[in-house]
Amino acid sequence: MTPASAKDLQKLGYTCLIETGAGSAAGFADQAYVDAGVEVVKTGAALFKAADIVAKVQPPSDVEVKRLREEQTLISFFYPAQNAALMEAANKKGATVIAMDMVPRISRAQKMDALSSMANIAGYRAVIEAGNNFGRFFTGQITAAGKVPPAKVLVVGAGVAGLAAIGTATSLGAVTYAFDVRPEVAEQVESMGAEFVFLDFNEEQQDGAATGGYAAVSSPEFAAAQLAKFREIAPDIDIVITTALIPGRDAPELWTKDMVDSMKPGSVIIDLAAERGGNCKLTVKDEKIVTENGVTIIGYTDFPSRMAAQSSTLYATNIRHMMTDLTPEKDGRPNHNMEDDVIRGATATHKGEVTFPPPKPKIAAIAVAPKKEAPKELTAEEIRAKELADFKAQTKNQVTLIAVGAALLLGVGLVAPASFMQHFIVFVLSVFVGFQVIWNVSHSLHTPLMAVTNAISSIIILGALMQIGSGSFLVILLAALSVFMTGINIFGGFLVTRRMLAMFQKS
Amino acid sequence: MDFGFTTAAYVVAAVLFILSLGGLSGQESAKRAVWYGIAGMALAVFATLIGPGSGLWLLSLIMIAGGGAIGYMLATKVQMTQMPELVAAMHSLVGLAAVFVGFIAHFEIGNVLHGAHGEDLGTFAALIAHKSPVEINILRVELFLGVFIGAVTFTGSIIAYGKLAGKVDSAATKLPGGHMLNAGAAALSVIALVWYFNTGGFFPLFVMTLAALFIGYHLIMGIGGADMPVVVSMLNSYSGWAAAAIGFSLGNDLLIVVGALVGSSGAILSYIMCKAMNRSFVSVILGGFGGTTGPQMEVEGEQVAIDSDGVAIALNEADSIVIIPGYGMAVAQAQASVAELVRKLRAQGKNVRFAIHPVAGRLPGHMNVLLAEAKVPYDIVMEMDEINDDFPDTDVAIVIGSNDIVNPAAQDDPNSPIAGMPVLECWKAKQVFVSKRGQGTGYSGIENPLFFKDNTRMFYGDAKKSLDELLPKID
Repeated sequence: MTPASAKDLQKLGYTCLIETGAGSAAGFADQAYVDAGVEVVKTGAALFKAADIVAKVQPPSDVEVKRLREEQTLISFFYPAQNAALMEAANKKGATVIAMDMVPRISRAQKMDALSSMANIAGYRAVIEAGNNFGRFFTGQITAAGKVPPAKVLVVGAGVAGLAAIGTATSLGAVTYAFDVRPEVAEQVESMGAEFVFLDFNEEQQDGAATGGYAAVSSPEFAAAQLAKFREIAPDIDIVITTALIPGRDAPELWTKDMVDSMKPGSVIIDLAAERGGNCKLTVKDEKIVTENGVTIIGYTDFPSRMAAQSSTLYATNIRHMMTDLTPEKDGRPNHNMEDDVIRGATATHKGEVTFPPPKPKIAAIAVAPKKEAPKELTAEEIRAKELADFKAQTKNQVTLIAVGAALLLGVGLVAPASFMQHFIVFVLSVFVGFQVIWNVSHSLHTPLMAVTNAISSIIILGALMQIGSGSFLVILLAALSVFMTGINIFGGFLVTRRMLAMFQKS
Repeated sequence: MDFGFTTAAYVVAAVLFILSLGGLSGQESAKRAVWYGIAGMALAVFATLIGPGSGLWLLSLIMIAGGGAIGYMLATKVQMTQMPELVAAMHSLVGLAAVFVGFIAHFEIGNVLHGAHGEDLGTFAALIAHKSPVEINILRVELFLGVFIGAVTFTGSIIAYGKLAGKVDSAATKLPGGHMLNAGAAALSVIALVWYFNTGGFFPLFVMTLAALFIGYHLIMGIGGADMPVVVSMLNSYSGWAAAAIGFSLGNDLLIVVGALVGSSGAILSYIMCKAMNRSFVSVILGGFGGTTGPQMEVEGEQVAIDSDGVAIALNEADSIVIIPGYGMAVAQAQASVAELVRKLRAQGKNVRFAIHPVAGRLPGHMNVLLAEAKVPYDIVMEMDEINDDFPDTDVAIVIGSNDIVNPAAQDDPNSPIAGMPVLECWKAKQVFVSKRGQGTGYSGIENPLFFKDNTRMFYGDAKKSLDELLPKID
């Protein structure tokens, strides 16, 4: 919680408490919290006693779990898959646990996706950390004192951390390459200014969408091809940043010892997967080591804490968004809606039940659409057969129509007098001509067509003109009115059509 | 002059009319085609005026001249955005004229049958005098039909005009009783027909006219504003059939030919419009959308707004741009600004095109006319089928004042009221900007998932204002 987010939380109707000194590492003094209307509590224990909802960063310690009580809500990173015992303990206490690491990856939940916030920081910090240990410029320069080649950075794993690292590295001026097992991220990589390293590998690559936007384990052949490619480019690379993680598994080994050996002295490897064993086997968790050939390998796992002010701000915002979703009424009372995809996904325990793992969210993460079946190529014979069948169907259709039409005509002809039939034939033929002609009118000329047909439908003026000479006054009056109205139509219709058509012009 | 000359003139006029309609297949030939139509009409009127049986030609000429003057004023004054209203209003005139001519024919029949042989009778009367009773009866039925269709066209067109001009509420409204009232009025007309057939009196004809007037009014009142393209072309068709029916009763082949041409033209247009909306003709006429089952898909996500600077940057960077105009562009009178934008973008060598959905606007081809008025060259204005496959290669798609015609729910959501309607697949473009007044829904009142897509940005505000703001930022 930051003083700013505390104010937003208060708008939701909550009263805010904070442990004394909690913000000091991030540069937020207790006084700043007091000014924001937050009550500063002396100890963590007292805080657990006083608050209904406790938000923290790391998973709770055993002691903290014991402090939980019924109806209390704990919001923190929890890793329920790895911390089953802790989850069970919290559940026994009857508390609700919301694991920030379990927020589903859907568009609506992005604002509370703390993993992404933290990964973003880690990616940025990884580049800064590398620069700190790298003896040269990132950007290439030609100076009076000689030419400096640009640093070459390889980012392995183009998730949020990887993309953040790519962005930071390119903006510092480095030549950046990136690799990921999910080919659909190539576009994102290129959009950040890096070059995507493609493998010469033709297996059907997996679709990231199936696993909620995360990478899955790749096949042995694929892994071999990948290592071969890395081995080929390793001597040229100055800085390697590995971010490859597969949910719920140890980090895959992607940067082997012989690759490290082939790198130039002074090169830097930042292993963001150190927490899970590292993408490079030489990585030592939480430490910086220098190999015999002068390559620095950094295995820190606390990159977000190294940028406490930034990570606190982002995390506080994530928490605040989570609270906003939990409090739709803005009345200071959480409404734990288990129908909501996001809340359901993040909840590990609720009302005395373990609710992990959550069901699959209804909406899949955005990724490439599954490949469609290519339309079957028809052989020449099939095409001919199809054409023949179409032709037959069409013929059948037309013959039926003609037969029905002819029968109808004959039927009419049997009863109607000859004078009527004369006109009737003219009528049928005109309808036929009309249909043939109108189908050819282009779409863009439909409005002029309506205006023209409107004008020529005033041909009814003939009916009035033929009879205006009659003796009866009423007939003359009606006929005159008709002539007048159709006159408006004839002139109006044709003129407006002309006006419209004159406007159409070629470029 | 004798009858032979008139008939010959009619044949020539009929050919000219057919050529006139056929010429509309292309923009260039259309300019010639309209002259064919004018020549045909002039010839037909001239032949009738000097033909046998007509009299009072001075009065006729004065009336034509008077009507012509008004028509000229209307045609030159009308704004291109008001085209749908004008067309609807003119249809009503044809409808009313058909009713009058039908009445006249009725009186003439009466005169002849009552033995008023004399010099003062017109050709028509002379014609009737030779007819057998069966023929007279057929004549009555034809006349009756002509008056019926004419009356429906008359009130229907007036209501359509009112809805298009915003003088009548464009929502679908029905009197209590709904379609039963229409059916009742139709039944009354049938009864009147039988009655008229037997007695030949004016009263049943008059009763039927009132019933038909009511049907026209009530039928069109029950159809919503978004379906007006279908309604206007349907009324167009009706005015043609009315003319053809009168032609039968007067024994005038030219009337029959032209009426049939106009009637089939309107019918085809209605069919095209209905197909473009994936609706059956009957369901449009009876009002309301076709049957939908189940709830509509929930729309996930947020509408993200963007300002003119953002749009300008994207446009300056884009190579291929597609603009999708809709009724909103017509309402905001933004076509000139759109054209200016296109000119600027094209001057930079960008590939700019327009995508026109068949039912965009309130009249078939409405958008084409508006763009033509703004001097947009017609060869960059594409039909839906021509351009739909090009969207994946398009950098920026700009949607200006259209909604339902770019709604992906038509393809994705089988429960959507517009499911199955062909739409412009603009969401496949790399980026989509939607110029829209607010967050409201389209005429069909359904949410548009396009606005919530990740590559869509909402450019809120009046279309003309937004574009004018954008224009100076395009370099």
